[in-house]
Amino acid sequence: MELFWEHREAIALAFAYTVLLFLFAGIGSMVLGTVLAAMRVGPIPVLRWAGTLYVHLVRNTPLVIVIIFFRIAAPKIDLKFNFVDVVIPTGVGDVRLNNIFTACVVGLTIYTAAFVCEALRSGVNAVPLGQAEAARAIGLPFSGVMTQVVLPQAFRATIPPLANVQIALLKNTTVAGALGVAEAFVRMRLLIKNNPAELWTLFIGFALIFVILVEVLSFISHRLERRVRVS
Amino acid sequence: MCLTGVQKHYGSLHVLRDIDLEVDRGEVIVVIGPSGAGKSTLCRAINRLETIDEGEIAIDGQPLPQEGKALARLRADVGMVFQSFNLFAHKTILENVTLGPIKVRKKSKADAEKRARELLDRVGVGHQADKYPAQLSGGQQQRVAIARALAMEPKVMLFDEPTSALDPEMIKEVLDVMVDLAERGMTMIVVTHEMGFARTAANRVVFMADGAIVEQADPETFFTNPESDRAKDFLSKILKH
Ligand SMILES: Nc1ncnc2c1ncn2[C@@H]1O[C@H](COP(=O)(O)OP(=O)(O)OP(=O)(O)O)[C@@H](O)[C@H]1O
Ligand SMILES: [Mg+2]
Repeated sequence: MELFWEHREAIALAFAYTVLLFLFAGIGSMVLGTVLAAMRVGPIPVLRWAGTLYVHLVRNTPLVIVIIFFRIAAPKIDLKFNFVDVVIPTGVGDVRLNNIFTACVVGLTIYTAAFVCEALRSGVNAVPLGQAEAARAIGLPFSGVMTQVVLPQAFRATIPPLANVQIALLKNTTVAGALGVAEAFVRMRLLIKNNPAELWTLFIGFALIFVILVEVLSFISHRLERRVRVS
Repeated sequence: MCLTGVQKHYGSLHVLRDIDLEVDRGEVIVVIGPSGAGKSTLCRAINRLETIDEGEIAIDGQPLPQEGKALARLRADVGMVFQSFNLFAHKTILENVTLGPIKVRKKSKADAEKRARELLDRVGVGHQADKYPAQLSGGQQQRVAIARALAMEPKVMLFDEPTSALDPEMIKEVLDVMVDLAERGMTMIVVTHEMGFARTAANRVVFMADGAIVEQADPETFFTNPESDRAKDFLSKILKH
């Protein structure tokens, strides 16, 4: 336990990276996933096809490969993220959002968006067809049909699977650690290396922190679910 | 409204065969025919919920556009009432009625709500404005659906079997609203087997079978003295019940 207290600042900093990776990729994947879902359920064949291709391609590729692509392969074809370099001083050390961090966020976003898309699409399919027809019949264009009628109802059916997708993302941020972001997993390995005797304490400690973070997400999801059920 | 040479296929099934139909302003048409005749498909084609393969559908001389925003706008001129009501489940009764006027007709919220309350009063559900659809009976929901369509100030109203999902005691309250609407001069196309309604409100009965219009006549003539064998056969079947 003293070990955690002793290294509390480094651990906090590491989890700051974890949470930031999660927040950026979480928001990014929600936006991209919604666009993809709209493409897949929309009336334009080319977009449908493109959306389907995206999902199948990305969903069937291991996350590590997606992130390695942006981290290592993409710079070779001049797709770099060097324009990003933000330093956030925290008092216990800087949090540095650089090209490596961005590449990992992009990889996580691209990967998670495919799952967000599928969660949303299953929600959309759960909305009876008559709802969309009635919306079209009063003259709403496709965008209005989706935003006013279908998505608000799909959202209800979608909260639990979306929460699962985002929880998976939170845990998947550890992959970024393997590729150069000093997030929680990296800090854990480092601490284990320097304190091999404390292996189990460290293991359980870090796992517990993840469990707490995931529980926070679940809690938010439950609240949301209850909120929309009332209306 | 004018349909000329409308054709539609579902794969090899020819569901609309060369439909020609002219509906004058203020006219009330009842469409009748056996199951699978293509009555619903006809309604859905008129406001382009279904595409057609050939032919033209024009409202006030303007042909319906194929796609996009222009189509959505013209669709707003055609009110549709579904068999299964299809009220927006996540919106209150009032919001159901104001959604189209606000988002499509760009009315202010206050104007749209004022008009919506008038219409809801007119169809007799004014006091339910703040409830959700699931809290209303079928008959009430269908009357709200009529108010929702009317709020768009449509040129034509389409009804696809508006009472066939309702319990008998609720049918009359919906038909009363429809008769009232007909008396106010609304142009209406009504798919229904309610002969009472056809007799009191319709100017013309159109009989469809196998995707084609077989016969049309004024209600009295059609029900007492149909010309075609298909119509005679059909009427003898429904009159037996
Ligand atoms: N989406 C579809 N795909 C394939 N066939 C369809 C589709 N919709 C309708 N049909 C077929 O087209 C024909 C006409 O259907 P339609 O629903 O217009 O008949 P209807 O006259 O309204 O019948 P009902 O009185 O049962 O409502 C039927 O044979 C039906 O099976
Ligand atoms: Mg039908």
